[in-house]
Amino acid sequence: MTPPPFQRLLDAHAGDVLRFLVGAVGRQDADDAFQETFLSALRAYPDLEHADNLRAWLFTIAHRKATDVHRARARRPVPVGAVEERPAPEEPESSDWDLVRTLPARQRAVLTLRYAADLPHRDIAAVLGCSEDASRRAAADGLKALRKELVP
Amino acid sequence: MTPLTPPTADPAAAVARFAATAPADVAYAFVDSPVGTLVAARTERGLACLAYEDLGGGADPLLERLATEVSPRVLHAPARLDDVRRELDEYFAGSRTAFDLPLDFALMKPFARKILAVTARIPFGVTSTYGEVAAEAGSPGAGRAAGGALGSNPIPIVVPCHRVVARNGTLHGYTGGLHRKQRLLELEGVLTRSM
Repeated sequence: MTPPPFQRLLDAHAGDVLRFLVGAVGRQDADDAFQETFLSALRAYPDLEHADNLRAWLFTIAHRKATDVHRARARRPVPVGAVEERPAPEEPESSDWDLVRTLPARQRAVLTLRYAADLPHRDIAAVLGCSEDASRRAAADGLKALRKELVP
Repeated sequence: MTPLTPPTADPAAAVARFAATAPADVAYAFVDSPVGTLVAARTERGLACLAYEDLGGGADPLLERLATEVSPRVLHAPARLDDVRRELDEYFAGSRTAFDLPLDFALMKPFARKILAVTARIPFGVTSTYGEVAAEAGSPGAGRAAGGALGSNPIPIVVPCHRVVARNGTLHGYTGGLHRKQRLLELEGVLTRSM
């Protein structure tokens, strides 16, 4: 079967994908990751085998792009003195997400998919290729770790 | 209570940037005109459709059709329809009598393609009849079928099916409603018999 017009996907999910990426990689890199996510999706779109759960499919791609950004950062050494060159701190509302980005990869992914993009654990499990239980556990562990940081 | 508040993010700018650069197979836009809002869609070959938005259930069924019959890579990309918008504006302003737009006949069945290819050559301000168009397309006597093909014209105005009228000079029918056919023929200075 033919999937629906791509524009419909963009209309329905652009906001959540961007919020997910802002949470997952920060505001600075979110737009580029957004472009790459939807470009990859557009390229692969006509060859989709089925059109059920396009939302989970799209977030699988977005999650992959976010992971790429984190891997690239890990490879890039932080130069001495870079602290001065860093952009002004992001607005206060995003500070929780700055902390989320320091969590282990699985917890970071689950928390951003669940709370930045509002994906149910069933879809998160599909995106990460894990069980729903594993997704719930990672969310609980992540929140516990965050609470330690947020409430010293 | 939600333990984490979603970050604020307005996707409008990111979506606009994507639409401007993404390699969509079908780009569409809404074009305002004196005969109503039109949904214009193009492929890499050219303009494939120009539909009256208030007919046939609006843009959605049309986009579905383009997704099925051309490609599901359908994107709202107004900048890619700039030439269509400009030529239509000039046509309605009276400063253009022929369109220079490349066309894509992908949404037409083979018989309609022949009929509409003939129709596309009828000059500004001139009318032809269903029978003449059918004969010219190599199917003499198929005036009625030609009428059906013209009624299914996916690119009205630019492929000027409004210039095809009944032999007795009445307007007969039009894909966008007779009032529009009359309006277009008046714009081109063709006297029309009142219905």
